Amino acid sequence: MIDSLISKNTWVSIKKIILEPERRTSRIPDETKATPFIMWAKGRLQRDSQIGDEVTVITRTGRLESGVLEEANPQYILNYGDFIEELLTIGDDARAILFGDGNE
Amino acid sequence: MSKDISYDAIMSRRSDIVKDSAGIDFARFERGGVAFDYEAMLAATGYTLDKVREVQFEASVGNTPIIELRNITALARLFAKPGYGARIFIKDEAANPSGSFKDRRAATAVYHAKRSGYKGVIAATSGNFGAAVASQAAAKGLKCIIVQECYDSRKTGQPEIIEKARKCEAYGADVIQCTVGPELFYLSLKLLEETGYFSASLYSPFGVTGIETLGFEVANQMKVIAGGFPDTVVCTNAGGGNVTGTARGLAKAGCKAEVIGASVNLAGLHMASDTSFNRKSFTTGHTGFGVPFASWPDRSDVPRSAARPLRYLDRYVTVSQGEVFYMTELLANLEGLERGPAGNTSLAAAFSIAMEKPADHIIVVQETEYTGAGKHVQPQLSFARRNGIEVKFGNSSEEIPGKNIILPESAAGIKAIDLDLDHMRQSLIRHAKETSSEPLSDFDIDFLAEETGTTPAFVYQNLG
Repeated sequence: MIDSLISKNTWVSIKKIILEPERRTSRIPDETKATPFIMWAKGRLQRDSQIGDEVTVITRTGRLESGVLEEANPQYILNYGDFIEELLTIGDDARAILFGDGNE
Repeated sequence: MSKDISYDAIMSRRSDIVKDSAGIDFARFERGGVAFDYEAMLAATGYTLDKVREVQFEASVGNTPIIELRNITALARLFAKPGYGARIFIKDEAANPSGSFKDRRAATAVYHAKRSGYKGVIAATSGNFGAAVASQAAAKGLKCIIVQECYDSRKTGQPEIIEKARKCEAYGADVIQCTVGPELFYLSLKLLEETGYFSASLYSPFGVTGIETLGFEVANQMKVIAGGFPDTVVCTNAGGGNVTGTARGLAKAGCKAEVIGASVNLAGLHMASDTSFNRKSFTTGHTGFGVPFASWPDRSDVPRSAARPLRYLDRYVTVSQGEVFYMTELLANLEGLERGPAGNTSLAAAFSIAMEKPADHIIVVQETEYTGAGKHVQPQLSFARRNGIEVKFGNSSEEIPGKNIILPESAAGIKAIDLDLDHMRQSLIRHAKETSSEPLSDFDIDFLAEETGTTPAFVYQNLG
């Protein structure tokens, strides 16, 4: 898509394969050894690029890192998850045992 | 710039990189054979307990409050036999600048890095230590790089670690996130060489002497709060630094409290497994680190680890993931303290231990940690369920790590399980014998007795 051009200096995340599976240490389980060792870094994009391009960024410590452009303005996707009903039970039971049931 | 930075090239330069970045020449303390001069290594940094206290005070680290958990103690007494149920106190280490006791370990390391003229610090850690190093570096105007093991190969990240990355970036750090595997060590070596930054290792003397203040404060605060030293101090154990530093600090205050280590039981899960990575709910404080590092401390990122828990542990127990989550809910619901969950490992163990001890016995749990989105009971249990882990009430001792999380039916079901410390001591002694190229000297035997908190007779007995 033409409109997906990401401008120079945008804060982005990049992905880089550090070791292909065959280059990985033998001291790891097979399921890990079947996958590449990958790193992700963030920084300011050094020239206008598109997702998937091989790019260079400048990180917060002023280092140059290169890799495949993955995301512009990467979000922190954090939340409190699906509600866990059991947690209510734990609290209510403990309060009832210690302080008595308030509904009585 | 023309240096070869391939995996093999970096690993072959490993000892020079470690030496240049650690600020310590570890070779100075070797004494031939398996022995080295542990006390000299700790003393050589020049940071006495008083100096560390001063460094931490200036960094607003430490002097955290101790809170008596009266309601949790009352609950333990309901399930203990008459006259039993020890008083439980907790040191609210979440009150440190970045929200955990790890600030103590980071403060000394970052202070030393600054004083020695390093422009930045690097730490390889997915946990609170990363946030602590980033926070201390921010306050000292140093640059900071944190290298995390964060994702599986599908880029699904542990919520707790993603939160930690956010926190490190909030303090201005450069965060590198990796997939599962020990090759993370290669990346941190490469970064250390490239930047010339200081290696803030959890296992260096800075990382451990920084904790001595915690034990020292516990002993002295309890004299004021409860009129005497505590009888038992419970510490979560992973790499061993928490136990080591705390025990040393207690001893320096003249307190002979029993020191109990506690880890979350993750038996059966391989720590370098891409598929098991997201089937656990605890990323540290678990047996996957605790047991191997206790049995052989020199497996870390420095040649000689300053964290040597078998020297100090009187007892080592495990609790289940379900028990720690349960305890975290009790702490919020009965004491109004929303903390953890991982930091409540030692509290879960303490609750069980309290039921074994008389009512006038005093137990101190020496940490709490901050909580928030991602790093909280709710998202961590939610993440477990989404990864196919069954979460249910039942008998927590039947929990199978990676398969289910069993929340106890009631607090009476929280039961710490003792690990066999002698087995770990024997394992350490045998490993020392096997890796030594020469027959063990008398000096080595004495060293192994100190290493295992035993006697030369015990060492001879187990040399086979």
